Amino acid sequence: MTSSSNWGRESLAVLWKDLLSEFRTRYSLSAVLLFSVTALAVVSFSVSPYSLDPEAKAAFLWIVLFFSAMSGLSRSFVREEEARTALALRVSASADAVYGGKLLFNIVLQSAVAAIVVPLFLLLMDTRPANPALLVAAAALGTLALASSSTIIAAIVSRANAKGALFAVLAFPLSLPGLSSAIGATAEALRGNMPEAATGAAADIRVLIAYSALMIASSLLLFDYVWND
Amino acid sequence: MTTDGKARVFELALESVSKSYGARQVLRSVSATVRTGQVLAITGPNGSGKSTLIKVACRLVRPTHGQVLWKLGGKEIPAEAGRKIIGFISPDLMFYDELTAAENLRFFAQARGIKITDEDIESALRSLHLGGRGADVVGSYSSGMKQRLKYAFALQHDPPLLLLDEPTANLDTQGVSLVHDLIEDSKRSKCIVIATNEPEEVGLGDIIIKLGA
Amino acid sequence: MAAKWFLGLWMILVILGAFFYAPASLGLGQISRIIFFHIPTAWVAVLAFLMCAIYSLRYLKTRQPSDDTAASVSAELGFLFCIIATISGSIFAKATWGSYWNWDPRETSIFVLLLIYGAYFALRASVDEPERRGSLSAVYALLAFVTVPILVFVVPRIPAVQSLHPSESVVSISGEFTMDSRMLTVLLASLAGLTGVLAWVFNLRMRAARLLSTIPQDKED
Repeated sequence: MTSSSNWGRESLAVLWKDLLSEFRTRYSLSAVLLFSVTALAVVSFSVSPYSLDPEAKAAFLWIVLFFSAMSGLSRSFVREEEARTALALRVSASADAVYGGKLLFNIVLQSAVAAIVVPLFLLLMDTRPANPALLVAAAALGTLALASSSTIIAAIVSRANAKGALFAVLAFPLSLPGLSSAIGATAEALRGNMPEAATGAAADIRVLIAYSALMIASSLLLFDYVWND
Repeated sequence: MTTDGKARVFELALESVSKSYGARQVLRSVSATVRTGQVLAITGPNGSGKSTLIKVACRLVRPTHGQVLWKLGGKEIPAEAGRKIIGFISPDLMFYDELTAAENLRFFAQARGIKITDEDIESALRSLHLGGRGADVVGSYSSGMKQRLKYAFALQHDPPLLLLDEPTANLDTQGVSLVHDLIEDSKRSKCIVIATNEPEEVGLGDIIIKLGA
Repeated sequence: MAAKWFLGLWMILVILGAFFYAPASLGLGQISRIIFFHIPTAWVAVLAFLMCAIYSLRYLKTRQPSDDTAASVSAELGFLFCIIATISGSIFAKATWGSYWNWDPRETSIFVLLLIYGAYFALRASVDEPERRGSLSAVYALLAFVTVPILVFVVPRIPAVQSLHPSESVVSISGEFTMDSRMLTVLLASLAGLTGVLAWVFNLRMRAARLLSTIPQDKED
C-alpha cells in the first residue's frame, strides 16, 4: 500500500494535472461561473424588492452555491470517462490518489465559485455582514463540506448512464447536513454578534468540520469499489 | 532501467477464468501460466473476448469464476499493486488530449510514484521515433503516433508484466518492426501477453490460446 | 408455511386489538389508534434501511449477487413502509396539528429517507451492468447510512423545522413507559407483527429472485 506521503504527492500530481487541463480547456470553470452568476441574478432579481431575514438570505446564497456545485463538481470525473482517459489513470494511479486529487480539485473549483458568488451576492442584495470573519469561515467550511460529499457521488455518477440529472438527485440528501449547517452559520454571520448567535454558529461550524471529515473518511474507504468496478 | 527485475521471475497464472456480463458469457474456463521470458499469445475472431481476457489478466476486470494470480519471485502480489506491475497497451487506452505528450508522460510517472527527468522522457520519445514532438499536445497526434506514445507510457516504470492488446494497431511498417523489436528485447526481462490476430505476432507466442473457436 | 398463517392470525389480532382492546388516548381521541400502525411502519422503514446497509456492506465483501438482490429488496420494502409511515403520519398530523405537513424534525427526517430511497432506485435504474450496479448502489447505501445519523442531530436546528412530535413519545428518556399498558401491548404486538411481515415478504422476494436467476435468460432483465 502507498504510504501517506506518497499518497499526498500522488494526489497533488492528479490535482496538478486536472488544473492544467482545466486551464487549457476551461471545461468546468467557465460553465460553472456562468451558471452561478445567472442563478444569482435570478435570485436577486426576484427577491430584491423585499427585505429578507438573514435566514432567508443565507438560504438563497446556499441554494445558488449548491446548484453551482451540482453543475460543476461532477465534471472532472465525468470527463475522465467521456474522454476515456479513466483507463490510463486506473492502471497508473492508486485509487486513493485519484480520490485525493479530485477532492482537492473540487475544493479549488468550488472555492473559486464561492469567492466570486459570495461578494457578488452581498453586493446585489445590498447586505453588510455583521460578522465578516464568521461569513468567511462559513463559506469556506460549507465549500469544503459540499466538495467532500459530492466528490464520491461524482465518481458514482460518472460510471452510471444518466449522468446529468442523477448527480443532484444523489448528492442532495447526502449534502443536507453540510448544507443546513452552512446556512445556519451564514445566517448568524449576517445577523450579528449576539452571544446566543455565537454559540449557535459554533455548533454549526463544528458540525461542518465533523461532517466533512466523516464524508472524506468514508469516501476513502469506499472509493476503490466505485473506481475499480 | 533496473537490473534486479531480471533476477526475480514473474509469473502470471490464469486459473480456469470465466467471465460473463449478465447472461452473456464472454470467457469460458481459460487457464494458462506464463513466466518471465515467455510470451503468451491470445488469438481469436473479433468479439471472442481477447480484450476482456487481457483486462482480466490486468485484474482490471474481476472474473466471474476462477482467479488470476501474480507472483514475483514466488511471492504473491495483490491486485492493488497492479499499477507497479503491469505495462498495458490497449486500443481503449487514451491520453489527455489537451496536455502535451511530455506532460502526459510526466503526470503518469508522478501518479505511479516514480521519478522521471525531462531527459528520460525525451529519450523514451526518441526511441519511439517521436523525438522533438514531446511539446505537442496529444490531441494533435495521429492515431499511429498515439499508439507509439502508449509504449512510452507502458514501459516507463519497467514493469515485469507486459500486456499488449493489439500491439501494432494503427502503426505503419516502421512502427510495426519497432514494436516487434521491442517485444524481442523485452522478452528476456518480462512476462508478455499479446492479444492479436496478426499471424506474425501470434508466432511470437510460446503459449497460444485460441478463443471462440 | 405455518409461519405465514401464524403471521396472518397475529396481524388480525393486532388490528382487532387496535380498535377494540386498546383504549383511545385521552387527549387525542379515536385518531390516536393510528399510532398502532404509524409507529411500527416507521420503525420497519428504518429497519429495512439498516438491512439495506448491512447487505450492501456484505455485497462489497463477498460479491455475491444474492447480497445485492437482498440490499435492493430491503430498499424496496423500506421505501414501501416509508410511504405508509409518511401517509399515516400525515393523516395523524392533519387531525392533531391541523395540517398535513409541518416540517417537524421527524417529518423532515422521513422525507430525507424517502429522498435517499428514491435516489438509490434512480441510481440502480441507470446502471446496466449488474456487478457495477451492485457496487455503485452499495457504496451509495453505505454513504447514506453514515449521513443519516448526522441528520438526526442537524435537522432540529433547521429554522423551518419545529418539533411538534410529543417529546416524551413512547418511551421517555428515563426508560419509563408513558402509555397505557393495553395501548403499549397492542403497539408492541404490531411492531413485532409488522417486523414479521417485513421478514416474510423479504424471504418471498428473495426466493422469487433465486428462482428467476436459475431460469436461463435470453434477454437482459
